[in-house]
Amino acid sequence: MRLARYLGYRLLLAVPVILGIIVLNFFLIHAAPGDAASVLAGESGAATPEYMALLRHKFGLDQPLSTQFAVYLLNMAHLDLGYSFRNDSPVLELILDRLGPTLLLMLTAFVVAVLLGSLLGVLAASGRNGWRDNLISLASLVAYATPGFWLGLMMIVVFAINLAWLPTSGLDTVGADNEGWDEVIDIARHLVMPATALSLFYLALYARVMRASMLEQTGMDYVTTARAKGQTERRIIFGHVLRNALLTVVTMAGVQAGNLIGGSIVVETVFGWPGIGTLAFNALQSRDLNLLLGIFFVSACLVVVVNLIVDLVYVTLDPRIEI
Amino acid sequence: MDGTLMPQADIAPLVEIEDLTVRFTSREATVSAVNGVSFSVKPGEVLCILGESGSGKSVTLRAMMRLLPEKRTTITGRITIAGQDVLGLNARDLRALRGGLVSMIFQEPMTALDPVYTVGEQIIETLRKHRNMSREGARARALDLFELVKIPSPERRLDSYPHELSGGLRQRAMIAMALSCGPRLLLADEPTTALDATVQIQVLILLRRLQRELGMGTIFVTHDLGVASEIADRIAVMYAGRIVEEGPVADILANPRHPYTQGLMASTVHGQHRDADIQAIPGSPPDLRRMPAGCSFGPRCPTSQPRCREAFPPISHPSADRMVRCFREGEEAKASF
Ligand SMILES: Nc1ncnc2c1ncn2[C@@H]1O[C@H](COP(=O)(O)OP(=O)(O)OP(=O)(O)O)[C@@H](O)[C@H]1O
Ligand SMILES: [Mg+2]
Repeated sequence: MRLARYLGYRLLLAVPVILGIIVLNFFLIHAAPGDAASVLAGESGAATPEYMALLRHKFGLDQPLSTQFAVYLLNMAHLDLGYSFRNDSPVLELILDRLGPTLLLMLTAFVVAVLLGSLLGVLAASGRNGWRDNLISLASLVAYATPGFWLGLMMIVVFAINLAWLPTSGLDTVGADNEGWDEVIDIARHLVMPATALSLFYLALYARVMRASMLEQTGMDYVTTARAKGQTERRIIFGHVLRNALLTVVTMAGVQAGNLIGGSIVVETVFGWPGIGTLAFNALQSRDLNLLLGIFFVSACLVVVVNLIVDLVYVTLDPRIEI
Repeated sequence: MDGTLMPQADIAPLVEIEDLTVRFTSREATVSAVNGVSFSVKPGEVLCILGESGSGKSVTLRAMMRLLPEKRTTITGRITIAGQDVLGLNARDLRALRGGLVSMIFQEPMTALDPVYTVGEQIIETLRKHRNMSREGARARALDLFELVKIPSPERRLDSYPHELSGGLRQRAMIAMALSCGPRLLLADEPTTALDATVQIQVLILLRRLQRELGMGTIFVTHDLGVASEIADRIAVMYAGRIVEEGPVADILANPRHPYTQGLMASTVHGQHRDADIQAIPGSPPDLRRMPAGCSFGPRCPTSQPRCREAFPPISHPSADRMVRCFREGEEAKASF
């Protein structure tokens, strides 16, 4: 009940955000030098003024800006994100095709970073200043300072080329018509390196945050109370300290979920992962403005949704949040 | 409490503490927080430990449950509770003692409860730990406890989180939790200090009633002489990690022997408000990192003599059940507060 009301409230809040993005998108199109007609005409090579005018009329570019804006809004309301002339296909279709692999990559990286990062943080904090703590702290410092694309390239060289343990790129083995579990395993093998490259930075970050948070919570009064009740140390750490310490990591993960989308553009490009990242990279190179803005819109919506989910998790974890 | 309820003198003590010292060591300094404290508490008796901030009251209580950080703390002396040698207990027996035989109420009920669990869950956790109860049985018992500590609409409050309760209710919930497994000894570390004045009195009255009904031995730490006179059978006055005077509450209030106790009473009686407590005595307590050789109250004592700087005064007994540590004990002159 509490959650349902909160969800409704948050969805309501998301509306102006999405509207803002749409408006921004529209003005970005018009701020770009030239218009769709000149781009198309430029590509076909023969741009007579008559042909340009025809094109402009066809796309409604000869209408006043306010009319164009109204049409644009109407199109967005129907989820019509425009047409990519480059790919000769509607933008929405292109994006939906790529959404699956990107979500798979991002979610895997996110879950691994939060779970494994928290686990390492707990291990480091419980063996404070021992070899385990030092090892984890050193490793996370190195991981923290390593750029994702470099790590990706190095992994390709070592694990794909030299050792040949893992496939170099793509989502699955081309031409192999795997089915059922074989396909799952095939995709998982392709996923290992990109997910590692994408998550390592965050994993290291969360390990450090979790360690600090655990140590901070260990000094709290309620820990003394739990001890005075006769609880075992294990139950104190996992039942009380961990639960409270996790709140910090979840807050942070929520803020950074959006950054993962940016990170995935680089990683997808390095690993030839057929997701939105590579699509954006290609759109950027070929100046496919419609497609680029469509991607911008969809990723913005993605960030909104991810933040919403994280907030819902946070609200269930922390009863003190007033909603 | 009135004299008729006083426990008999020949009952075996519930708590016996002999020459307890507690030191905290860190890289920079060693803090001598408790320096040779001895006292005993009989079953059903209430001992108030009185003293200003930093005198080692909380450390003494925590040492009794071994709640101090183990690595940095050195505890010597003997602590015996219900025949058990607390300092010698292994981890398992210690856990059985904590919350089972002995339980503690803390000063700040907001931070002493885990914010992410309901108060009911936290009581149930204790019950299941010590009593091996089923979930339903523990909940029913928790409900009884909430009724016992007079929490209104207890059923609903069980499912409240600590932040949803007022300070007074939180402390009542804390008391319910402390009483849940029928402890024989209750340690209360300034349980009313953080509460509003009116709530303070209600919680105090509740604690006194429960203590009598359940017959628990109780050690009650406070700054406040008024609170002590309400609830105590005996009073121990602590200064710089030592007990400087101890005895039945009526005797001490009527005839304080130690200059520090006298100063304490003068400042409470003539002071503007009770919370001003000991500020009326000029000077400040000694640095616990470098304890002076002689009487630790010497530098602030209005009747200090040269011998007070040489050694800590020995124990003397002005009457059978009183103890004072002052060289002047037995001499006529009285401090002029
Ligand atoms: N864990 C600790 N490590 C180091 N020093 C400590 C620790 N706990 C307490 N002390 C020191 O021991 C001394 C006595 O502290 P204690 O908490 O017992 O005082 P108190 O009499 O309870 O005072 P208050 O009335 O303010 O609660 C203080 O000087 C304090 O700084
Ligand atoms: Mg204290």
